[in-house]
Amino acid sequence: MIALTVQKKLNGPNGDMLLDLDIQIKKGQLVTLYGASGAGKTSTLRILSGLLQPEKGTIQVNGAIWFDAVTKMNRTPQTRNIGYVFQDYALFPHMTVEENLSFGLSKDGDKKEVMELLEMMELVDLKDRKPVTLSGGQKQRVALARALVQKPTILLLDEPLSALDMKIRLKLQDYILKVHKVYALTTILISHDIGEIYKLSDQVFVLEDGKVIKNGTPTEVFLNDKISGKFKFKGEVLKIEKDEVVYLVTVLIQNEVVKVIAQESEIKQLQIGDRVLVASKAFNPVIYKIE
Amino acid sequence: MNWEPLLLTLKLAGVTTLLLLVLSIPLALWLATTKSRLKPVIETLVSMPLVLPPTVLGFYFLVAFSPNNAFGTWLNEWLGLKLVFSFSGLVVASIIYSLPFMVHPIQAGLSGIAPSLKEAAYVMGKSKFTTLIKVLLPTIRPSLLTGIVLAFAHTVGEFGVVLMIGGNIPGKTKVASIAIYDEVESLNYAGANFYSTVLFLVTFCILLAVYLINGGYLKRFWK
Repeated sequence: MIALTVQKKLNGPNGDMLLDLDIQIKKGQLVTLYGASGAGKTSTLRILSGLLQPEKGTIQVNGAIWFDAVTKMNRTPQTRNIGYVFQDYALFPHMTVEENLSFGLSKDGDKKEVMELLEMMELVDLKDRKPVTLSGGQKQRVALARALVQKPTILLLDEPLSALDMKIRLKLQDYILKVHKVYALTTILISHDIGEIYKLSDQVFVLEDGKVIKNGTPTEVFLNDKISGKFKFKGEVLKIEKDEVVYLVTVLIQNEVVKVIAQESEIKQLQIGDRVLVASKAFNPVIYKIE
Repeated sequence: MNWEPLLLTLKLAGVTTLLLLVLSIPLALWLATTKSRLKPVIETLVSMPLVLPPTVLGFYFLVAFSPNNAFGTWLNEWLGLKLVFSFSGLVVASIIYSLPFMVHPIQAGLSGIAPSLKEAAYVMGKSKFTTLIKVLLPTIRPSLLTGIVLAFAHTVGEFGVVLMIGGNIPGKTKVASIAIYDEVESLNYAGANFYSTVLFLVTFCILLAVYLINGGYLKRFWK
């Protein structure tokens, strides 16, 4: 059980921001922090791991106090035993894959554990390679394996899959699930990908401007609108042009550009750059598999 | 031929480089990580020998270390150090004179490391010292090598500081650069040519070795 009740002033991209958290996470759960860049997700992981010190509050993990602003109690990152997978992987460039893992062993650690992890993450063939020679997905697996060497109490994954393409991503999600099943570790993941969150997590915390604005299971958080036969997409207006009697509005939805027909009365309140909701009554949607 | 000045030069450069390395790593680490307001002042002081004429440095060393004033007397009485016209004096002066050549590459190397590398070692339970020795320094090996070689070569080439504080005592302070000056003064061009050729070849080989190693040419060759 993790109880994180902290406050910390941050210098966000939009000026100063107060990170104000009150989060409880049950033991063995896989939870996701979701939210826009600069919402305080990475800072939350850094505070939990001791790399960033909050101004107020307490951190309690499995009954032990890790941080208490009042009594000035603060465990160093070295003593918190946290497995941390950094966004840039942070592999040690001068060490081979195997050495990167062995570095995390304690003095009386067993080399066999390193081999077991290498096998589990299918890294045995790569064990003598330096990080420079690895692909993004391979580096990611090394980082994940390395974080597990010290048998952490908590595993923190800071957008571990964001830089990878879809196919490798799906495979690595399976690795994360496997790790979570085998070790039953309390895991906190930062992710922007709703599909990924559905697949992996028990609980989601949605962060906005340093505060949790929503939390619950992925279904509760992302499907809170009543389910209907409607398709709804949020997008941005790129262009508005007149075509005969109607107007054509070009809207960017994620990475797709679509054209929507609009009446003059609807156009009046629209400007280029506006955030809009494009909705459609879908009578008979067709699903195609994408390779 | 008299090899003594050349050997003295190599000894001075070797001792200076070794002491500088030990001194510069903590200093560069502090400069690379500190948020202190003193940082610009310390950085300026470290860089001063780059722009100051060596004679200025030498002159102030001479004044400061002289047994005729308080600091020199204190050094002499308490530490038994006589720094004027002695080899240890040359070492102290060379350390200050070559300081930026060692500190700058190491500082640049350390600043260039992503903070996550250090943090990864911390969360893996490694102390700051272990992280420095096992992660940070091996990562900046090319910078360390550059610092070592530049400091060594710069000490080999120093003249003004040595002349001011060391004088021209054979076997003690008469290094190769002074010997060359000495030979030219007495119109012995063959002697000057001998020292110059050796210095030229030695520095050329050292620098070539650095570029070969840092450029990865040797590794490719061995493969």
